[in-house]
Amino acid sequence: MAAISRSAPQTRGLSPLRRREINWGLLFLSPWIIGFIAFTALPMIASLVMSFTNYNPIQPGATRFLGLDNYQRLVTDPQLLNAIGVTLRFALISVPLSILLPLGLALLVNSERLFGKNVFRTLFYMPYMIPVVAGVMVWGGILNSESGWLNRLIEALFGIQGPRWYQDENWVLPALSIMGFWGVGNTMLTLLAGLQNVPTELYEAAKVDGAGPVTSFFNITVPMISPVVFYNLVLAIIGAFQYFTQAYIISNGRGDPNGATMFYSLYLYKTAFGFLDMGYGATLAWIMFVVVLILTIVLFQTQNRWVYYGGGND
Amino acid sequence: MATLTATRPLATPNRQLRHFTATASITLFGLLVLLAFLAPLGYMTLTSFKTLQQIQDPNSQFLPSSPVNFNYEGKDLPLLQVPLPDGSVRELALFKPGREASVFVDPANPTAAPLEWTGRWRTLEPVYRFAPTLDNFPTAWNQINFGLLFRNTFIIAISGTIGTLLSSIAVAYGFSRFRIPGINVIFLVLMATIILPSQVTLIPTYVFFRTIGWGGTWWPLIIPHFFANAYNVFLLRQYFKGIPRDMDEAAMMDGANPLQTLIQVIIPQSWPALTAVAMFHFFFAWNDFFTPLVYLQGREDLYPISVGLTQFNNVFSTQPGLLMAAAIMAIALPVVIFFLAQRVFMQGIVITGVDK
Repeated sequence: MAAISRSAPQTRGLSPLRRREINWGLLFLSPWIIGFIAFTALPMIASLVMSFTNYNPIQPGATRFLGLDNYQRLVTDPQLLNAIGVTLRFALISVPLSILLPLGLALLVNSERLFGKNVFRTLFYMPYMIPVVAGVMVWGGILNSESGWLNRLIEALFGIQGPRWYQDENWVLPALSIMGFWGVGNTMLTLLAGLQNVPTELYEAAKVDGAGPVTSFFNITVPMISPVVFYNLVLAIIGAFQYFTQAYIISNGRGDPNGATMFYSLYLYKTAFGFLDMGYGATLAWIMFVVVLILTIVLFQTQNRWVYYGGGND
Repeated sequence: MATLTATRPLATPNRQLRHFTATASITLFGLLVLLAFLAPLGYMTLTSFKTLQQIQDPNSQFLPSSPVNFNYEGKDLPLLQVPLPDGSVRELALFKPGREASVFVDPANPTAAPLEWTGRWRTLEPVYRFAPTLDNFPTAWNQINFGLLFRNTFIIAISGTIGTLLSSIAVAYGFSRFRIPGINVIFLVLMATIILPSQVTLIPTYVFFRTIGWGGTWWPLIIPHFFANAYNVFLLRQYFKGIPRDMDEAAMMDGANPLQTLIQVIIPQSWPALTAVAMFHFFFAWNDFFTPLVYLQGREDLYPISVGLTQFNNVFSTQPGLLMAAAIMAIALPVVIFFLAQRVFMQGIVITGVDK
């Protein structure tokens, strides 16, 4: 906003050279501007409008304006309640893991005592490139309750029968979180870059002051990398809300066992593309957008409590 | 706190030893973590070489191995590990099974008299030999019509990569080099689209593409990428900003217009970033599941690998050997490309990630 008001008076009476620069610049920006209008702004508005109707692509002629009916339906929809529960439970398990595990790996591959650091970095990153579908298939074998390696390991170590991961509604979300381990490479690399940006003088100063590695970690490393952690936290939470592909593949979109994998996005997909109830689907999409937006704003608000931005950014 | 560095020992042998121990133990720990992390790849590879029989074997083996038979007098006899009274264990062929005692033949010396052994033969471990099968690969390839899936995925991925490169280069150049009123706000809007869930635009976009007759075609998977996206623009903009302006000013002096400057000055200096963007998109398209699922419903001839593989996974869920062979074929290309270009690729991510 501030930028507009500051630069608005300048638009009048510009030199031909400046005008030429602006025209060229807008020309280069135009693909994104057009795309933003066509594939983001207009569809968002259309989606909001649809959320007040009973639009169904099979009978577009029968579309009626429903007022707030779709929004009232949200409150009384037991399946929606289940989907929200599944999504929140999953987020509670997977979001902390998706920060802590890559942080541990980043610390490991940043250690000066690790021999062959680059090989480790590359190999820890590599599964991130593996297509999700193939990853789900491979983990399906690992997590197989009878023949899977994980349950055999559990049996060998503790002498107990491991859970029936995919078939047990209490264990399927942890199973999906374990599967998510393979996607930590990207977060690990951004955290690693954060770790490498911490000035070594800080550690040396702390050492002079007699701080051990643990104190240094919590008093120097954690605050210094908190912006990167914050960025990844925002992405992880959004990712949990949009979690779809893995959930779709393990039960072919049915949400088995017993609705335990009927994530919000999957329920939205089922409503809009299974039952073709696109009006209600648009309502679900907008609610999701609003929730994600609120969460992001709240996170940004808490930022100044725990995220440390050293001076001289940008 | 007060114990300042009173004595700072030089590199004594003792210190070197400590250094070495620390390196060795951390590296060993790293190797163990890596082993656990990549174990699923081991499972995938081993299983892809197993026959269904080997997988379903109650004593299923770690390696693709089958129980061995010994042909004796025209009959196939199972080879078992038999503990003998003298404490040794010998591999003998079961000739006459009995409840409490059985008769065995020694394959090393079949002409010798058969051996009487007391004990329940059912408790004995069969002898396994390494016997991998290669059949899963051609079977999976043909069942799933991998050739077609590869072709489809390639067309979608390459077209989208071209689109995303062209558009993201242009837009990033616009953001990095031109003073436009309000450009900071525009840039903020661009970055804000990162947190926008795609679901909120999905349904109207779907209806729109269906209405103009693009349902059941690849266009909805390709065309939107010709309009740039926030991640790629951000990455390229950061990179372009690092290129000294003197060079494009010199080109401008020589009478080059901004487009010529972009092509002659900026692009030739940005190959690492451009490679990263191209690869990001290629991997994205290779992986994308949702868009083809929605737009290509019922058009199996147009499916990319992601959707085709899912279907295969459902049909052949009882045959892990085939599934794992298919998984290997699906991941081979991305993994090979990743290893060939990993340096460029990992640098590109670090550029995007950090300055956020």
